[in-house]
Amino acid sequence: MQEISLNILDIVQNSVRAGADTIRVELFEDIPSDVLSFSVEDNGCGMDEEMVQRVMDPFVTTRTTRKVGMGISLLRSAAQATGGDVELRSKVGEGTFIKATFSHGHIDRQPLGNMADTMTSLISMNGHIDFYYKHTYNGEVFEFNTKEMKEILGEVPLSDPTVAAWLREFIGEGIANIYGGVEES
Amino acid sequence: MKSLAELQALKQKAIENVNLRKDREDGVRVVVGMATCGIAAGARPVMTSFLEEISKRNLNNVAVEQTGCIGLCRLEPIVEVYTPGQEKVTYVKMTPDKVARVVSDHIVNGQPVAEYTIGAAGM
Repeated sequence: MQEISLNILDIVQNSVRAGADTIRVELFEDIPSDVLSFSVEDNGCGMDEEMVQRVMDPFVTTRTTRKVGMGISLLRSAAQATGGDVELRSKVGEGTFIKATFSHGHIDRQPLGNMADTMTSLISMNGHIDFYYKHTYNGEVFEFNTKEMKEILGEVPLSDPTVAAWLREFIGEGIANIYGGVEES
Repeated sequence: MKSLAELQALKQKAIENVNLRKDREDGVRVVVGMATCGIAAGARPVMTSFLEEISKRNLNNVAVEQTGCIGLCRLEPIVEVYTPGQEKVTYVKMTPDKVARVVSDHIVNGQPVAEYTIGAAGM
């Protein structure tokens, strides 16, 4: 994985396959404290204690259910390369919480990459899931949820290519805005 | 600045397309492999290119979907195109550059791009 946003796309796929209908993706960036972290929280099928221990191992996958594979171990090595780590909590029948922390300024930290593309892919491919996104950069917050969008759209699905194109711009602008790249209108 | 209010306008525009889509059974499905292997090989830009191209051409009988790992990781990104009444076509080692041709030649004009397929990859 060349970008953190690709790791996020991959990690969220675990939540999709775990049968979650609500997924929260939070990104936190704070330059003064040198932190970049993201978390993914779902209400999917969850894992037992033994599985939680084992998923960090690159040679473990459930394969038949495709719950996990290389993904979490790849993420962990990316985080650890910057002095960070991965935290994983899960409960069978309740869901899973995973958080990866990186040193923001570390030379080995992968670039964040294109979060608009990651979220657009996930949302347009998984219309039945409610996504909550919150991105904080030095205290500036951009957030949205697809539940609200679905209410506006009614019978038009989020997978509609026109909607997906809009979504990509909406998220791209929202993130550029907290980075200070776009002026408030 | 984009706002949620714009969605209301988009809805009106999309609604005609949705109605068209509901009535037809001849829809094309574009399925992108989005497991760890696919994502690492570049499936995301391929997927967003399909969405973009389909939206640009206003094709309302095409659905873009995702699937997991089909066990040919070295040939990822893999895209399968299902057209009713025809055999499935599997494209391998896809890139965003190849997407426009797959959409115009195959999806619009019904001629699969042979050189991008798994057959041409020497399988």
